Amino acid sequence: MLSVSPLPLPRLERRQQDSQLLRYLSPVLAIGLTLISGALIFLWQGQDPLVGLYTFFILPISDSYGIAELGVKAAPMLLCAIGLSVCFRANVWNIGAEGQLLMGALIGSAAALYFMESGSRFALLFTVLAGAFAGLLWAGIPAVLKNHFNTNEILTTIMLNYIALNLLLWAVHGPLKDPNGFNFPESALFTEAVTLPIVLEETRLHLGLPIGLLAVVAAWVLLSRTFIGFQLKVVGLDASAGRFAGYREKRLVYFALLICGALAGLAGVFEVTGPIGQLVPQVSPGYGYAAIIVAFLGRLHPVGIALTSFLMALVFMGGEMGQMELGLPLALGSLFQGMLLFYLLACDVLIHFKLRGGRA
Amino acid sequence: MKIFLKRTWLKRAAVAAFSTLMSTTAIMAGAAEDKLKVAFVYVGPVGEAGWTYGHDEGRREMLDKLGDKVESTYVESVSEGADAVRVIRKLAKSNDLIFTTSFGYMNPTLKVAKQFPKVKFNHATGYKRSKNVATYAARFYEGRYVTGLIAGEMTQSNVIGYVGSFPIPEVVQGINAFTLGLRETNPDAVVKVVWINSWYDPAKEREAAEALIAQGADIINQHTDSPAPVQAAQDKGVLAFGYDTDMTRFGPDAHLTGSLVHWGDYYTDVAKSVLNNSWTAEDVWGGINAGMVKMAPYSKKIPADVVAAAEKARTDIASGELTIFEGPIKAQDGSIKVASGVKLNDGEILSMNWYVDGVEGELPQ
Amino acid sequence: MDIDLITNVLFAMIRSGTPLLLVALGEVVCEKSGVLNLGQEGMMLMGAVTGFIVSVSTGNLLLGVIAGMMAGVAMSLLFGSLALGLRTNQVATGLALTIFGTGLSAFVGTDYVGKPLAGIAPLAIPLLSDIPLLGTVLFRHDPLVYTALILLTLTWAFFRFSRPGLMVKAVGENPDSATSIGLPVLTVRWLAVSFGGAMAGLGGAYLSLAYTPLWSEGMTAGRGWIALALVVFASWRIGRVLLGAWLFGLASIMHLVLQGMGASISSNLLATLPYLATIVVLVILSSNQSKIRMMAPMSLGKPFHSRM
Repeated sequence: MLSVSPLPLPRLERRQQDSQLLRYLSPVLAIGLTLISGALIFLWQGQDPLVGLYTFFILPISDSYGIAELGVKAAPMLLCAIGLSVCFRANVWNIGAEGQLLMGALIGSAAALYFMESGSRFALLFTVLAGAFAGLLWAGIPAVLKNHFNTNEILTTIMLNYIALNLLLWAVHGPLKDPNGFNFPESALFTEAVTLPIVLEETRLHLGLPIGLLAVVAAWVLLSRTFIGFQLKVVGLDASAGRFAGYREKRLVYFALLICGALAGLAGVFEVTGPIGQLVPQVSPGYGYAAIIVAFLGRLHPVGIALTSFLMALVFMGGEMGQMELGLPLALGSLFQGMLLFYLLACDVLIHFKLRGGRA
Repeated sequence: MKIFLKRTWLKRAAVAAFSTLMSTTAIMAGAAEDKLKVAFVYVGPVGEAGWTYGHDEGRREMLDKLGDKVESTYVESVSEGADAVRVIRKLAKSNDLIFTTSFGYMNPTLKVAKQFPKVKFNHATGYKRSKNVATYAARFYEGRYVTGLIAGEMTQSNVIGYVGSFPIPEVVQGINAFTLGLRETNPDAVVKVVWINSWYDPAKEREAAEALIAQGADIINQHTDSPAPVQAAQDKGVLAFGYDTDMTRFGPDAHLTGSLVHWGDYYTDVAKSVLNNSWTAEDVWGGINAGMVKMAPYSKKIPADVVAAAEKARTDIASGELTIFEGPIKAQDGSIKVASGVKLNDGEILSMNWYVDGVEGELPQ
Repeated sequence: MDIDLITNVLFAMIRSGTPLLLVALGEVVCEKSGVLNLGQEGMMLMGAVTGFIVSVSTGNLLLGVIAGMMAGVAMSLLFGSLALGLRTNQVATGLALTIFGTGLSAFVGTDYVGKPLAGIAPLAIPLLSDIPLLGTVLFRHDPLVYTALILLTLTWAFFRFSRPGLMVKAVGENPDSATSIGLPVLTVRWLAVSFGGAMAGLGGAYLSLAYTPLWSEGMTAGRGWIALALVVFASWRIGRVLLGAWLFGLASIMHLVLQGMGASISSNLLATLPYLATIVVLVILSSNQSKIRMMAPMSLGKPFHSRM
């Protein structure tokens, strides 16, 4: 009738039933389309597309150190994305994993500096718990604001990201600065007692990855085997239905945000006690934002998220490799990330709709 | 459209796959030559001005001077967090000499250096060395003193605005040296400092410069990397000193001169020392004397006698006749911080965390 | 504070608030039609880089401004194809647009980082600029500042007096009943989304061509997100967008002025003030549930399925 679309798009027709096949095929399709677009970009940059794709996606993991680094890079995104998936399933649009991660790193570092003096056997445990708790509290702020003041969590979590970053900078330039560090913005190096154990000798692969994978299992159990998981599913499908069924929406908001905050906080404290080994101004190159893509690409499913976090880590490392080996701009990495998400969103439409060629 | 491309692309891919894989291995095999391989790790994009650009100029100068004895690669915009180790390690596997050009690479450089004892590392602006890690920095403050002398003569309002990055000794030295020079020619002038907590953030730098101009500053000095403060000065009709690289073209009317860093000689010398096996893990902190610090061309706006005085100071600093941090130096509260005739040693300069008399506001600690 | 300082601060406030004003204005129109586009940051960056590249290569600043707007529109059409055409989740699509725009702008702008450009010069309005105080604060800006104020007035009048303005609101409130009275819901939304893209592109171009005539990666530094918050702050009222943009501009200038005046608070802590202020305002405005429901477009963020 009046639904004239300005673009001559093929018409969409709702399927009788969602296509299960496409639910799994759509991410594969999206990755395929991204690879093709990538090849075109390489061509445009005057590179052999196959060399480009090889450098981007294979070279980074061509030795065992590279594979371990993939785990190092994936761990923080995995933890954040698992948390975000719980939020997004509950229709809580938490964009604040980055800030929650930074707070975990900040408070975790403060705890590490405090406990490494004490010589306690539990120094590392306390440090890690402090980081997780800091992330949890930071995520609690938008939860309280959403539940009791009706404040939009998208905006508050974004603002809190900037506040967390500035707090971290303040601490690293001020109270947590290495007293013997000539006033440079870095904390003292953490001692062995508050450093995460390495799980693969001769590499930097730390305990964070196994714990991340544990979170995957826990999330899977939570979503498929518990009542909360069931609630999340219903609310995610239709918020008003959940309200109708009498679920306590506010409790779900708290649950989702606090879980996510704790996991992101863990990711943060793992970064400083793991690969970095001290508090520095640049703890995260945007892991919390990248995790949003990971969560969507993984279709909010724990296993999907585990797979896509490795894929994202590979894209990051591929960007570095492309620069080192082929002199390509570093920004290519985030370009690929954006494309991947677009293609996935577009391909997902096919789950619910059929394409009918031409105009109505 | 896409589908069409996909088909032809796949066909092409099938044919090309084998030969490409072969050629990639060929590239990697062909890398083993006798040239000295030098790698640079940059904190920002090279661009056309600023800190990283200065290092890249140095790299190119080294290539020019040493011709086919060396070859070089660089990686730009390397995050100073967890990623630095991976990038430096990857470079260490295929290079003989690596320059890591930002303070944040200090601990990552040391970590990687331990695993690659045969590779030489030179880290800029840090303070930790090891068997195969040397450090280097420039005495930026020497050039800043010269700009201070000029500022004292050129200011009308007796207020100078200083856009600072981070309150670390390197920057504080510059502020103090500038203020000492300023007070030398104009005992009534004061310096206002605004910290933006970033090395490179054009909008913030611009806003900081504007805030300073709003508070009466008629000359802007900067210890940040973008030309935004010079642009702000140009638009507001006040004067400015650039930094790192010659920023005249960003504010032809505003730009007076600037303290430039010049790494070319140093990079050439270090590469030579590796070539003839005389490389040592030393600390080099060079100033005007070593050719590491230079002055940008003086603006025509500066009267000839002021230029002459500035040039005299420059040559005196180079010859050692003039020592900038030599007493009597007053602290902010007017008390004598450095007694008459006493010279601060390098350790005291390197850990400078106090303002001299003439700087307004409190130094964030 | 003396009078010179006050005029200077107010002048800087207006400059600093202008990109926010432009972007928020576009997003208000977009949201009034029921579409939530979180891709502001991405559209701004594309506007900034495109405007800069075109200006540097043609030497024509006006062409640069137009190109920046076109880039914003192109990005918004990408958003529209997905969110309106394919009815994807608007939040996810908007986020993807921001990530994509951040990467793409850095990618195409690599060769232009740190290139010099003579930016858009201020244009003092004759007579008006001679008014003491007010003239200096308001009438000595660059043309884009005036453009932003004119666009604001036009948009206000559009919603206040015109029939198409009512149509946009009707579509945003209840697309189903809008359809039943014969309004072309999707077309209205496409137009609103494109307008939002043009404004975001213009806001970005303002940064790279007038505010700091430079290109650097991620130079919008979160302004797109702040503009989104401003829309809620303004409770979707055009006039309040201006108030919010200026207040925010003032906050970001004041933390630097305070430092110059010798305030000994950490500059990092001062830098959190604008963000804290936004949260506080959001809380105050949103806490009255019935009120915010009345103000927000009813169908905001919901995909529209026409029932044919």
